[in-house]
Amino acid sequence: MATQDEIKFLSNPSIGQRKTKYCRFKKFGLKYIDYKDDAFLTQFVNEQGKLLPRRITGNSLKYQRRVATAVKRARHLAILPYVTDLLKP
Amino acid sequence: MGNKIKVLTFAALKISLHPFMRHFEVSFIVDPVLSGDEVQSTAKAFSDMLSSEGAKIVHIDEMGLRQLAYPINKRNTGVYYCVEFSAESPAMISKVELAMKRDDRILRFLTVKLDKYGVKYNEDKRAGKIGRKSRKEKPVEAVSRPPAPVPAPPPVVVPEVAASEEE
Repeated sequence: MATQDEIKFLSNPSIGQRKTKYCRFKKFGLKYIDYKDDAFLTQFVNEQGKLLPRRITGNSLKYQRRVATAVKRARHLAILPYVTDLLKP
Repeated sequence: MGNKIKVLTFAALKISLHPFMRHFEVSFIVDPVLSGDEVQSTAKAFSDMLSSEGAKIVHIDEMGLRQLAYPINKRNTGVYYCVEFSAESPAMISKVELAMKRDDRILRFLTVKLDKYGVKYNEDKRAGKIGRKSRKEKPVEAVSRPPAPVPAPPPVVVPEVAASEEE
């Protein structure tokens, strides 16, 4: 006969849990976002080159705004495209 | 009384802040059709122009020939330059920008004001701290999680992990 404690772990307890999102700028203390760093900025756009929402990246509002301006500056300097397909492989 | 003193000190602070040099950064793309010397002389002409207008050049970063993300003036590549400078008044920037606009050797330009973190970032970058740091951070995340799989699949596994982290 299974006891109450054993029944608790018959299913994987980590299955229903969601990963907590965090703002990477706050967590790692990044204060400046370089608009010339294309490899870094591609983390914040989708494969069409559109900005990803905060709900996906987890950025705080302050840094989401800065990411947005950095991406827009990079687009102006042709470091990132305005429109594409398959930006990320 | 207390309020008055506060206001006074704030005003004093503002005045003391004013003569501080403000930091700027102008990045521009030079036409790649020009020969190497011409490209360099173009960049030099603009940095000289900045310094003659009263700016103090901090650093000239030549990023070299890069692929453009979209064609500009039917060019697919461009030579990127980034000149960091400090100036007391931003009045001369419009002058330099106008000269850049008229110069057809310049494909694109962008002038940006740097905050203190931007200045520090550029200093660290020149000291070689930034590149290592960002490279270290990313592999640590990617490597620490899937160390087990066979050497062949990692290029496939890593993007999946990265994607699931984002979502």
